Amino acid sequence: MAVHQVIPVTRAGHVAARMAAIADEVAAPAAADVDESGRFPSETLAALKAEGLLAALVPVELGGGGASLDEVSAGLVALGRRCASSAMVVAMHHIQVACLVRHGRNDLLRDYLRELSHHQYLLASATTEVGTGGDVRSSICALEVVDGRFRVQKQAPVISYADDADAVLVTARRAADSPESDQVIVLCRPPGLELEQVGEWNALGFRGTCSTGFVLRATGDAEAVLDDPYGDISTRTMLPVAHLLWSSVWLGIATDAVDLARKFVQGEARRKPGTLPAAALRLAEVTVVHQQFVDMVQSSLSRYEAADSDADRLASIGFGVGMNALKVSASTLVVDIVRECMLICGLAAYRLDTPFSLGRHLRDSIGAALMVNNDRIMANNAQMLLVLRGE
Amino acid sequence: MTVDETIRQVLADHGRLAVPVDTLADDADLFGAGMTSHASVNVMLALEDAFEFEFSEKMLKKSTFESIEAIRTGVLEMTGE
Ligand SMILES: Cc1cc2nc3c(=O)[nH]c(=O)nc-3n(C[C@H](O)[C@H](O)[C@H](O)COP(=O)(O)OP(=O)(O)OC[C@H]3O[C@@H](n4cnc5c(N)ncnc54)[C@H](O)[C@@H]3O)c2cc1C
Repeated sequence: MAVHQVIPVTRAGHVAARMAAIADEVAAPAAADVDESGRFPSETLAALKAEGLLAALVPVELGGGGASLDEVSAGLVALGRRCASSAMVVAMHHIQVACLVRHGRNDLLRDYLRELSHHQYLLASATTEVGTGGDVRSSICALEVVDGRFRVQKQAPVISYADDADAVLVTARRAADSPESDQVIVLCRPPGLELEQVGEWNALGFRGTCSTGFVLRATGDAEAVLDDPYGDISTRTMLPVAHLLWSSVWLGIATDAVDLARKFVQGEARRKPGTLPAAALRLAEVTVVHQQFVDMVQSSLSRYEAADSDADRLASIGFGVGMNALKVSASTLVVDIVRECMLICGLAAYRLDTPFSLGRHLRDSIGAALMVNNDRIMANNAQMLLVLRGE
Repeated sequence: MTVDETIRQVLADHGRLAVPVDTLADDADLFGAGMTSHASVNVMLALEDAFEFEFSEKMLKKSTFESIEAIRTGVLEMTGE
């Protein structure tokens, strides 16, 4: 693994600006091939690493960029506009980093964050398990800890970009005799990490995430177990950060679709000045919905940042219901917006060979509702609403 | 039934614990004993029914339900005893 020259990224706005530049210069030209071949977007990741951007969320004292979630979100919107697969990979990585930053307090995990910043490691995640499906709050596999070392084996139906990652954060039951819900999360890395691929990733969308199945076997120092129970990590960090960053990627997809629709309508207007193009009203309508989407992501980021250091507030039912609502809304809006833009551009969007083609946008956007199924999320909210009090 | 007996009964009925509730000490971690966050919602609803009160917003957090002791403190605070 090459040591990258890490440029300090502490200036406000720098992270978002550099991610946007890489989106335009590196991710955009590769996007079609990444999608068609279902390959890892290696050039985009290399460009981000070269500028230290994979450590954007790591505090400055640990060698990272110390950037806010706002900035990373803005960068992901920009990347999502150009290549949603790249943006999703980067989003998933930052979600894992956010968990380590807040919940990896022991010496081993602090040192790991320093190392991650220095070498620009890419982190993957294995929460989903064969047998529990999308119910990430229960595990079948369990840690076995002997003499300060852990051992775990997990049947993971999906670990995105595992072959290109430097480590995987894995959920498991705390011990062989723990109930399904008593979970921990452990950092698994080579040489103690072995991944045996099961099947291929040939999916409708997000093809560049390479989300193949694996049998994962890992051993390592027991200090690689994050310091808080997974339930707390999930409520306070993993779930809200995932919903915020995924929504940012989906907003990127929607934003590009609206940009294309607007260009299309403007082209029509230029051909016949003086007459309002047929689709202009529909464009005005989709622009209203797009603005709702933008404002929703922004206000959810503000809600998260306002609650950020308050463990009780992050764990409150109202906050959880709100973060789930964000995911359901964003994953629904992205499909609605892309479909509307398809109607606006018509055949030019339906065809795969025009500058207005929206095929990839549509295929990528469909995945949003099932990345942790919206039905599951709604069932969780339905349960929480039984006890929610008004403010 | 005493407050503690009622709490233990509610946990037995709704806590979906991996072990019998009698084997748990007052300060044992209920989430560690297998209570899921879903189950804790049902425990809370059943407690409100049994003691005829409503938990206030600020008590609706995981720590209120983490042990029998914590639940007792919450119940006594809300029922004003
Ligand atoms: C692009 C992409 C990348 C991913 N990357 C990763 C990764 O890196 N690591 C990882 O661990 N996972 C990853 N996942 C998995 C993802 O997070 C979900 O866990 C997974 O998509 C759920 O799979 P499922 O639809 O088979 O399962 P389920 O969620 O079990 O859904 C199957 C069906 O069951 C229904 N259902 C089942 N139980 C309930 C319930 N209690 N309430 C309501 N409905 C229910 C659902 O409605 C649905 O119809 C990825 C998924 C995608 C699409």
